[in-house]
Amino acid sequence: MGQIKNHEVEELVQNGIVVTSVEKVLNWGRGNSLWPVLFGLACCAIEMMAAGGSRFDLARFGYEIFRPSPRQADLLIVSGTVTDKMAPLVKRIYEQMPEPKYVIAMGSCAISGGPFVDSYNVVPGVDTIIPVDVYVPGCPPRPEALIDGMLQLKKKINNPNVARLMENV
Amino acid sequence: MSNDKLKDMLVADLGGKGEITEFLSEVVVTITSKELLDLANKLKSDKYDFDFLVNLTAVDFEENFTVVYNFRSLSNKTKLVLRVVISKEEPSLPSVIGIWKTADWQEREVFDLLGIIFTGHPELHRILLADDFEGYPLRKDYKFDSRR
Repeated sequence: MGQIKNHEVEELVQNGIVVTSVEKVLNWGRGNSLWPVLFGLACCAIEMMAAGGSRFDLARFGYEIFRPSPRQADLLIVSGTVTDKMAPLVKRIYEQMPEPKYVIAMGSCAISGGPFVDSYNVVPGVDTIIPVDVYVPGCPPRPEALIDGMLQLKKKINNPNVARLMENV
Repeated sequence: MSNDKLKDMLVADLGGKGEITEFLSEVVVTITSKELLDLANKLKSDKYDFDFLVNLTAVDFEENFTVVYNFRSLSNKTKLVLRVVISKEEPSLPSVIGIWKTADWQEREVFDLLGIIFTGHPELHRILLADDFEGYPLRKDYKFDSRR
């Protein structure tokens, strides 16, 4: 199995080979039950909490279980400004999460540093320290935007051949 | 305790040193770092009973640094602003951590952002910025290149 190249796997998928179908089933499960880390950095975290609450009800999609330990989570929502002091901790939480793991950069601060990009103590985008799967713009994004971002991530997980990581191409 | 009585007591205790004014109905005392510990001990004593160090900060003026202490006396219901003028060449003054314990983190913050040395502080290192940060960002002459 290790010898088979990625495009060959895709060919096998088209021919309905069992092993690739297992992968598909796994991805279906992953995409439908993302467990985010209970982790917030700034005002975006308030919107993230609102998304988890009953009004916007993230639980409709199976994503509501915010895990207080990175060991039990597979999604890191970077919700807020990442300072230089916080950056090593964000990185450590990401590294503590088991594979497969995904990252959503929520809000303009996490995407690019936002209004604080010229500050002496703010990381200019969390993608400079960890890989990001989905960017959710806004300042802060509304809960609907975060939910849409998570649904985009679900799409990405379910279609790995469409949204393939550069290193696997 | 009225402000006038407080001023009279301070004049007697400072013995001609320092400057006492009033601003927005608060007594403001301006001294140098030499008089600081002596006066601070008196302010904490039962005579004044300034038992609460509300805030500790510093200002970067063109000609000097000024460390500002805001005190409140819960028993006497009085307020006091203490300004300590220190030179830009040698920005250091004694720590008041032995008198008001809450000065610990506040002095570290002033050290972190303005580079003012509080002698006698048990662990004077950065509190808000990363340990390997270079420079003191709230100084007026601090320059920083954007990383975007």
